[in-house]
Amino acid sequence: MTAIAEPRRRAVARRPRFLLDRTEFMGPMFIAPAVLYVFALVGLPFLLALYYSVSAYSIFDPSYRFVGLKNLYDVFESDIFRHALWNTLMFTIGSQAIGLLLGKIGAMLLMKEFPGRGLARALVILPWAVPISLATLAWKWMFDSLYSVINWTLVAAGLVDVANQPQWLGQQDLAFAAVMTVQAWRLFPFGVIIFLAGYASVPKDVLDAATVDGAGFWRRNYQIIMPIIAPIVVIALIFGTVFTFTDLSVVYLLTMGGPMNSTQVLGSLAFQVGILSGDVAHGAMICLFMFPFLLVAVIVMLRALRRREI
Amino acid sequence: MNAVARRIGLTGSFYSAVVVLVLFAAFPFYWMLITSFKADGDLYNLQSIPYWFNAPPTLEHIEYLLQKTLFLRWVLNTAIIGVCVVAITLVVSLPAGYSLARLPGRGAENLGIGIFLTYLVPSTLLFLPLARIVSWLGLQDSIWSLVVVYPTFTIPFCTWLLMGFFKSIPREIDEAAIVDGCTMPGAFVKTILPLSLPAILTVVIFAFTLTMQEFVYALTFISSSDQKPVTLGVATDLVRGDVYYWGELMAAALITSIPVAIAYNLFLDRFISGITGGAVK
Repeated sequence: MTAIAEPRRRAVARRPRFLLDRTEFMGPMFIAPAVLYVFALVGLPFLLALYYSVSAYSIFDPSYRFVGLKNLYDVFESDIFRHALWNTLMFTIGSQAIGLLLGKIGAMLLMKEFPGRGLARALVILPWAVPISLATLAWKWMFDSLYSVINWTLVAAGLVDVANQPQWLGQQDLAFAAVMTVQAWRLFPFGVIIFLAGYASVPKDVLDAATVDGAGFWRRNYQIIMPIIAPIVVIALIFGTVFTFTDLSVVYLLTMGGPMNSTQVLGSLAFQVGILSGDVAHGAMICLFMFPFLLVAVIVMLRALRRREI
Repeated sequence: MNAVARRIGLTGSFYSAVVVLVLFAAFPFYWMLITSFKADGDLYNLQSIPYWFNAPPTLEHIEYLLQKTLFLRWVLNTAIIGVCVVAITLVVSLPAGYSLARLPGRGAENLGIGIFLTYLVPSTLLFLPLARIVSWLGLQDSIWSLVVVYPTFTIPFCTWLLMGFFKSIPREIDEAAIVDGCTMPGAFVKTILPLSLPAILTVVIFAFTLTMQEFVYALTFISSSDQKPVTLGVATDLVRGDVYYWGELMAAALITSIPVAIAYNLFLDRFISGITGGAVK
């Protein structure tokens, strides 16, 4: 009797544990909340955005009436939109190029050992670490129309006449340059850090061997270091590009897209149309113009991540 | 002698370059600092040199900020949002990261990359539909809307960061616990979590600072002053019409920036290896 009963009891006791033991079962259970959260609050909103963009939904007409590609047509007809699209591209390319260049120069400077390097590194990182809305406010104050410290310095140095001070945020070209500068300023520390991390990952003996073999500074730089750190730099570049292409904080806080839409980017335009004017459908359509761009970025990123593993 | 002069010249240009770089990066923060403590008369006097105090420094801006504005309320809101988001992030990301690190095969890896890539989905693409979802949930104009939405970017990032960390813990440790009779969750809680305290601390810091830096969702979802997080409140409420309260604005920006800057500097290296996913060792 006991010989029969005992295995059965053990089997009953083990049954609930059976699933908890199994990696095949528990693994997916462990990851389910993350997947669900992301699906519910990234996936669904994205589908909703897709639907908004082909509907007539606005806060005045919450009927979700399907209008097909009318919004696409409307949006593309608008000069402001085309201007914003162009601005977004220029804003992204310009600030990334400056950021990357400054990042590389910064990393080459900070790579050397020198007294005060730790402090210099900490100060250089500040623009990237501190919340951008607060840092942008400091720039807005530095660009002030009356009390700009930049203008004061230019006047004191005799470069600018008091009566003809540049209105950084009031003239179209200057405003665009200002917005781009602040964005580059915000991003370049990230470049510095990534290049520094990359340089640190290059094996010292490889570099030494190359030097012994007669490779000069540029040859070491472009034929040894750059290929090794390329995947990391690509990842950093994509991060910076995506954040710049889609961001509106700097534009919103510095210029609100003005003067006369000269600094308007897709994000700020979508905010104005979709939230401030309540025309959600057109706002969503403007946002969707970011998507093809993002898709390309993601594909490049995936390749970089894959290459890393080899 | 010539070689010495050349060497001095090189060192000199090296240091000048460093100084220019540091000035470019840090000058706006110096400007925050000096503006915060300058008396208004000094601040708006075009005749005097702006780089230093021409009248004695004053605490009036900071006093005004603390007593006559909602600044402390915004700081409290940010703290509440941050703590809740960190809690949600940990509860969701820890098991997800562990499972991605331990599940065999290409599937888990692809899922990991997939979750990480949602970190790239920008708030500007989602803020319109999320504003709608937030109002369906009855959370519009409340800090809880941000508590619900912010994990959409902290979870992907932190899961990725934790996955990299868990991969560096030898499999034998938790496998031994399972052989000894632990269930998989038991082994995770008893052996892996205690070893992960540094990684958990890193995740806490980054989830918190990421929520502090977000601006678009806060701007979209919240319009009542007393529900704003500090970054939004400072940027929108210390401006009355066309009047900017520059002293108060800069003081608020400075006070809020200092802790974030310190946290970032302390945890920078982990952040980097987190983003590059262990590419840098």
